[in-house]
Amino acid sequence: MKSIRQVLFCVAILCFFFFLNHFLTLYLNPYYLQILIYAGINVILAISLNLVNAQTGQFSMGHAGFMAVGAYASAFFTDRVGPLLHSFFTHVLAFPDFFSSFFIFGFALVIAGCLSAGAGFIVGLPVLRLRGDYLAIATLGFGEIIRVMILNMDVVGGARGFTDIPIYTNVFWLGLCVYGTWMVIGNLIHSTKGRAFLAIREDEVAAECMGIHTTKYKVGAFVIGAFFAGVGGALLAHEVGYLHTNSFTFLRSIEIVVMVVLGGTSLVGSALAAIVLTLLPEVLRFFSEYRMVVYSLVLIFLMLARAKKWKST
Amino acid sequence: MLKINNLIVSYGNIKALQGVSLEVKEGEIVTLIGANGAGKTTLLKTISGLIAPVSGTIYYSKNEKNSSLNHMAPHEIVRLGVSQVPEGRMVFANLSVAENLDLGAFLRRDAREVRESLDKAFQLFPRLKERVTQNAGTLSGGEQQMLAIARALMAKPKLLLMDEPSLGLAPILVKEIFETIRKINQEGLSILLVEQNAHLALQLAHRAYVLETGKIVLEGPARELAMNEEVKKAYLGA
Repeated sequence: MKSIRQVLFCVAILCFFFFLNHFLTLYLNPYYLQILIYAGINVILAISLNLVNAQTGQFSMGHAGFMAVGAYASAFFTDRVGPLLHSFFTHVLAFPDFFSSFFIFGFALVIAGCLSAGAGFIVGLPVLRLRGDYLAIATLGFGEIIRVMILNMDVVGGARGFTDIPIYTNVFWLGLCVYGTWMVIGNLIHSTKGRAFLAIREDEVAAECMGIHTTKYKVGAFVIGAFFAGVGGALLAHEVGYLHTNSFTFLRSIEIVVMVVLGGTSLVGSALAAIVLTLLPEVLRFFSEYRMVVYSLVLIFLMLARAKKWKST
Repeated sequence: MLKINNLIVSYGNIKALQGVSLEVKEGEIVTLIGANGAGKTTLLKTISGLIAPVSGTIYYSKNEKNSSLNHMAPHEIVRLGVSQVPEGRMVFANLSVAENLDLGAFLRRDAREVRESLDKAFQLFPRLKERVTQNAGTLSGGEQQMLAIARALMAKPKLLLMDEPSLGLAPILVKEIFETIRKINQEGLSILLVEQNAHLALQLAHRAYVLETGKIVLEGPARELAMNEEVKKAYLGA
């Protein structure tokens, strides 16, 4: 009975995003649609970094690196393996085109997440022995290392960039990924086990005294955060259709950190901050060349307002 | 229950413990008194696995099963039934009292039993029940100490390591806390108590050790040590 309800629920979710996608592509102008997709990707990134920075208290500045891993891995998959799979699906299994691309992009997202998670594990294990500023600098360094490694890989275009990535990202996939990220991380931090993340943030030694395997949970948060960063990267790659490592410099990481800091510790806060900070530069287009100046001023103002609110609660 | 033999611990070149041997028997309160920097906290941290010893052995036995705690990680030691009330309380300040207590039972699976432990903790410290939704950081010092003790008890330990539970508390609260320690001991919990308040500690404990610059200089039944001239002069201010 319970499993039937779960299946029905999943089908309902799929249908909802499917029709939402249909509706929005029909009635929304492409410019707004693209902003919506960027906002959604940023929400995924902000929530996934929230788990690491705000919940577990491990200040990471390497999120763009994990994004890059996901973006390039998924682009490589859809561009090189995708056509083979497509002919297999359509000719051997006689799938319609729609299902074929559904499965290919689905696979690509999972691969992106898993490879990023793997990178997160490799980076996290040594780096999470550090604390505070040292951790921030080390993660920043690793983020750059990942970027420069990709820059020197010729199979993914190197310095020329990765071109001709099929455009798969739409509101359906975006909605699904945002929902999935929200569910996984939201449920995780409110579970009994997930409270270990908060305990580590509050006091690592005390957490250890409670019997919490702190290394396991710290690396775990990092790996899960990296997984969803990879998914976000994959969505971005298949929205833009072109990848260059310049999109994944540490400035990108800092953008995500700013979203998390502005949003406070809650997931809702991070998501809202991600949306606001994605919309803001677009709204400010009206200021033309002074746009980024105004953007910075608004950001300072937002941070001050937030700090005041923080004090009063 | 706990048997420590010739334990040596050092921080770099500085030897904090220079061959400490100590024993806690089942159902006992053993107190460890000594001045600042004698190595009391270091000893507790070594037992609970937060610091690795240079040499020496730590044996812990539960239900006739012996295990060496030497190379165990803190979470494995907690699982064996050794819990610590850390120095300076270290409650999770931004989490509620209830969440703090839940975290104490982090390694336990049986929800019903955990519920029982929670009721028991509230019985022991009714004040915590009144403040169950409040953030731990907003509690008074005494309440935080109660919370720290209750939280350690939530792990259902066999041996409780307490680091200066009287630190920074009003005398009347110290008395209350020590009464509680006596109570939980009478229910069968063995306790290793590190204290600077030697007077109270010696009244409460069955046996006592005096630690001076990393070495045990005196040991014996607590009442005898309380009568000892040297102890009186050095620690009891008489």
